[in-house]
Amino acid sequence: MTPTDRDKAALYKRVAIVGADESDEIGIVPQKSTLQLHAEAARNALEDAGIALSEVDGIFSAGSAGWSPTLQIAEYLGIQPKYTDSTSVGGSSFVIDVEHAAAAIATGLIDVALITHGESGASGGRRGGSARPALDVQHPSAQFEMPYHVGGAPTHYAMACMRHMYQYGTTHEQLAEIAVATRKWAMLNPKAMMRDPITIDDVLSSRWIAYPFHLLDCCLVTDAGGAVVVVSAERAKDCKKPPVWVLGSGEATTHQTITNMPDLTTTPAAISGPRAFAMAGVRHEDIDVVEVYDSFTYTALVTLEALGFCKPGEGGAFVSGQRTAPGGDFPLNTNGGGLSYTHPGMYGMFLLIEATRQLRNECGDRQVPNAKLACVNGTGGTLSSTGTLILGAD
Amino acid sequence: MAQDGYRKPLPTPSPESKRYWDGCHNHELWIPFCRNCQKFYFYPRDFCPACFGWDIEWRKASGRGRVYTYAIQHRAWHPGWQDEVPYVTALVQLEEGPRLYTNLIGVDPDPAHVHCDMPVEVTFEDITEDVSLPKFRPV
Repeated sequence: MTPTDRDKAALYKRVAIVGADESDEIGIVPQKSTLQLHAEAARNALEDAGIALSEVDGIFSAGSAGWSPTLQIAEYLGIQPKYTDSTSVGGSSFVIDVEHAAAAIATGLIDVALITHGESGASGGRRGGSARPALDVQHPSAQFEMPYHVGGAPTHYAMACMRHMYQYGTTHEQLAEIAVATRKWAMLNPKAMMRDPITIDDVLSSRWIAYPFHLLDCCLVTDAGGAVVVVSAERAKDCKKPPVWVLGSGEATTHQTITNMPDLTTTPAAISGPRAFAMAGVRHEDIDVVEVYDSFTYTALVTLEALGFCKPGEGGAFVSGQRTAPGGDFPLNTNGGGLSYTHPGMYGMFLLIEATRQLRNECGDRQVPNAKLACVNGTGGTLSSTGTLILGAD
Repeated sequence: MAQDGYRKPLPTPSPESKRYWDGCHNHELWIPFCRNCQKFYFYPRDFCPACFGWDIEWRKASGRGRVYTYAIQHRAWHPGWQDEVPYVTALVQLEEGPRLYTNLIGVDPDPAHVHCDMPVEVTFEDITEDVSLPKFRPV
């Protein structure tokens, strides 16, 4: 696939990720507020980059910090950025933020973008209050969905998965392949929450949450913070570590509520993916490591199809035989994913951190040998929004 | 009066959706129709989301459709459903085209008895003096 001049001119290699890290602790962290998780992650990512907070002139975040996350975070960190972006399209937001930061940097509006996330998904509820604003009672979801069910993601992703199973014959066993393979990666990651081995039978015998999802088809609910630092190509020259280039990016939204999802058997990655690949000028077979949002086993499976790693309906066969596990020929979600490493509610940030580490050869036991090109895809809402990035090391 | 002990969220009609909920109250399914596209759409708004045309009317739907997809809820995420798990959530595709989010009733919450493309028809559950909820059951 050859990128057009226009594609390349957009954002190809204009910016790099130069810092990435989690908060000091992730997992179950009731003793830290969400803002503490933001701040720790910001400090750690800036240290990783060798950049001072005072250099940050653009701040990006989503969710978990009140009605305006970036206002709150900037105040808390004690900075007065000249550019803020609180794009709120679900867990994909942080991946999309990289594209937005790249646009702001490429046009010269800012030099150093800090994207932060902190969320007490496990412990926040026990403190009382709500991280997310309440819904207007006349909102379409409140009127036409909630009288029939309240509960969100597992229900709606389960309905999408059911249609995929019906239409293509995707099986529970194929979905379980992903849970098992992802756990094997988590066993190699000291920061992962779930590190005991599981089998396909363990997945299939775990209790039902929302049929067709067993418990082990569903992601964790944790507390965690993460941050990445994105800078211009020029500024990237004298950072502490080699740059991780943004080679291609794409963003797409198709709906909010599951009722209004045009085709439940795909995702907006079918739109954002091709643009990212075209901008980067790379082919699927060039990619060394893939990090995609796995809110559920199905999310990962359908995303591989939507991104074009296999054809629609072939995801089940594609992931069979532990192909995505350590040692398989398709390294996927190498940190252990939302399924086994961490998932505080919105996961996109952690895709970025892992892809950056893989491309810097920092992953120890789970390092994918000679990883030079990564594909990252965040999914948000009810399969509503996606951000795709192609990242590359020199 | 609400049904005794009814603890689930109730819909709050908006000006755009009042006709729909009034229809349900009379146990009839009325949905908006775009005169330009000659197609039904849902949820109700004052314009057609396909063409952004504002020349719309309300038409009575047949109440028949098929299960586009479903899930069986084994966990009550809200106290209102505590005594009802497992139950079935579904997207029903009406003969007229639009999909509705609903519950399937009158069927065992068991994948042996529920399947995609299963024909269903609307039935109305009276919740309060003003609110009746459309649900669907197998034909």
